[in-house]
Amino acid sequence: MTDTMTQSVDSSTDPDVLLSATNIKKSFGGVHALKGASLTLRRGEITALIGDNGAGKSTMVRCLSGIHPPDSGTITLDGEVVSFGTPKEAQKSGIETVQQNLALVEELAVWQNFFLGRELTQGFGPFRTLNRKLMKATAQELITDLAVNVPPVTSKVRRLSGGQRQALAIARAAGWGGKIVIMDEPTAALGVQETAKVEQTIRTLRDAGVSVLLISHNFDQVMRLSDHVWVFRAGLAVAGRRTAETSGEELVALITGAKEA
Amino acid sequence: MSTLVTERPRTAQNLISQTRQVSFWAEHAAPIGLVVLVIVFSILSPSFLTFGNIRAMLIAAAILVILAVAQAFVITTGGIDLSISATMTVGAVGFGIAWQAGLGFVASAIIAILSAMVIGVINGLLIAKGRVTDFIVTLGTLSVATGLALIISDGKPISVNSPELLRLTSGSIGIFGYPIILAAIVGVIAWFVMFRTRFGLHVQAVGGSEESAVANGVSAVTVRIAVYLISAGLAGLAALLLVARVGAAEPAINTAFLLNAIAAVVLGGVSLTGGKAKIVGPIIGALLLTALTNGLTLLGVSQFYQPLAVGLVVVLAALLTRYQKK
Ligand SMILES: Nc1ncnc2c1ncn2[C@@H]1O[C@H](COP(=O)(O)OP(=O)(O)OP(=O)(O)O)[C@@H](O)[C@H]1O
Ligand SMILES: [Mg+2]
Repeated sequence: MTDTMTQSVDSSTDPDVLLSATNIKKSFGGVHALKGASLTLRRGEITALIGDNGAGKSTMVRCLSGIHPPDSGTITLDGEVVSFGTPKEAQKSGIETVQQNLALVEELAVWQNFFLGRELTQGFGPFRTLNRKLMKATAQELITDLAVNVPPVTSKVRRLSGGQRQALAIARAAGWGGKIVIMDEPTAALGVQETAKVEQTIRTLRDAGVSVLLISHNFDQVMRLSDHVWVFRAGLAVAGRRTAETSGEELVALITGAKEA
Repeated sequence: MSTLVTERPRTAQNLISQTRQVSFWAEHAAPIGLVVLVIVFSILSPSFLTFGNIRAMLIAAAILVILAVAQAFVITTGGIDLSISATMTVGAVGFGIAWQAGLGFVASAIIAILSAMVIGVINGLLIAKGRVTDFIVTLGTLSVATGLALIISDGKPISVNSPELLRLTSGSIGIFGYPIILAAIVGVIAWFVMFRTRFGLHVQAVGGSEESAVANGVSAVTVRIAVYLISAGLAGLAALLLVARVGAAEPAINTAFLLNAIAAVVLGGVSLTGGKAKIVGPIIGALLLTALTNGLTLLGVSQFYQPLAVGLVVVLAALLTRYQKK
């Protein structure tokens, strides 16, 4: 269980594994954000991904969600090798993501952001129009489950508080019924009540059979929620642990490099 | 005017209290400006508000209304189309050549629009795929299109005696001449496309935040190519009105149309940084600029002062937009 490399290589044949990313490399000019990182996500589990700032967590998330394709490495989903050229392709494969920057358009209303890229329409052919009523109602319903101070769906995102924005991005990702939901620091700006709600949402997703990849700097949260933890350091996955078999101290040591996997 | 969904039911009281805020004036600069101009000019010149003059003004406004709507799509994405009036010239010359070749009105009109759209394709591809700055690309095609129009027409106007075009300029329903009716139809369709279709939403999203729009599966490349195509296609349509008005296809440079189209959009409350879509605003902006020119002419103010007046109004509007509600 402790050898990261052998585990990720084996994973392609393991039926419990829903998604595996192997030996992912990604550079931006001279910056090597990912230097051959690997991780796996098991079916119906919450997998945590931790690591210091700049370790490459968000870069991995963007590779998995089709925002930028990796320079090299393979991603397998349900045993098949996939490559996502665009976010749309990742969505079609059932991967929903809450990006660290939330990927909201401030000038648009809450409901428009909720359905952006996947608008509901009525009519057919060139006469297809937005089904505004249905979209507003659906967005309102799904956000109400998540936010404590529910913003009206017709208000612009610009007017929302940081926490409300986060709730919107999470509700959007959770609401599409993907088989994988990736959340990059979903509770970073949230209050106590909101954090509890989001954690409940994450559990609900898992109980519904969704695999969740949770990026978090909050060790308590990771220990509380996750089934498995991957530790990234300087663009590499340096360790993978079952949460039940590790401790906060060990994770800290792995992140800083005080302890080698 | 705020066509996005905002607080709908406004009581009169609410309205009155709003007028105490600068942002109210900033949001509604174009309609307020238009009303003020109409009042001032009708006091100063008795012929301003006559049936004949209003009718003439509306006809004169038609080309600018169409160009402003076209420009509004591009500016909503955060881009700009500096080639729009040169593209219109290409459309006009295209019409003239086709008409001269004996192709008839409909075929010539289609050729006018298609030849204008060639410029749109070049703009769209270079900006969206080539990732060259919109300003540079359309400045380049402004020059290219102007040159092409001169070369193709050999620098000479091609006179067009089309009965269809004559009907287009002279026909009217009441006070509304056919040109302004055509422009109004363009405006209604544009409003519908912008605010009621997926494409329109994507235009606003790409202008608001391209990165976020793309992360949600919107193709920014497609949207950008499309807005430059729309802009050029509408410039081609405006070219028909231009040929109809002049009675000839002239390879002339219509710089005033370019500046006024951008000015109308700015007057209409659209931010040049993109993301904030408006269609009615730019249309009112175009009407305002036309009324301004018309009123000054009626008052006997020299032609030389007109660009000055337009410039002042635009700068004033740009200043006011700083006070718009975020
Ligand atoms: N688009 C980009 N262009 C250039 N460099 C980038 C880009 N995206 C990420 N990087 C670099 O890649 C490295 C990893 O960044 P990444 O965002 O993946 O870190 P992270 O683990 O998510 O950190 P944090 O915990 O702060 O969110 C950093 O050095 C960052 O500067
Ligand atoms: Mg990050």
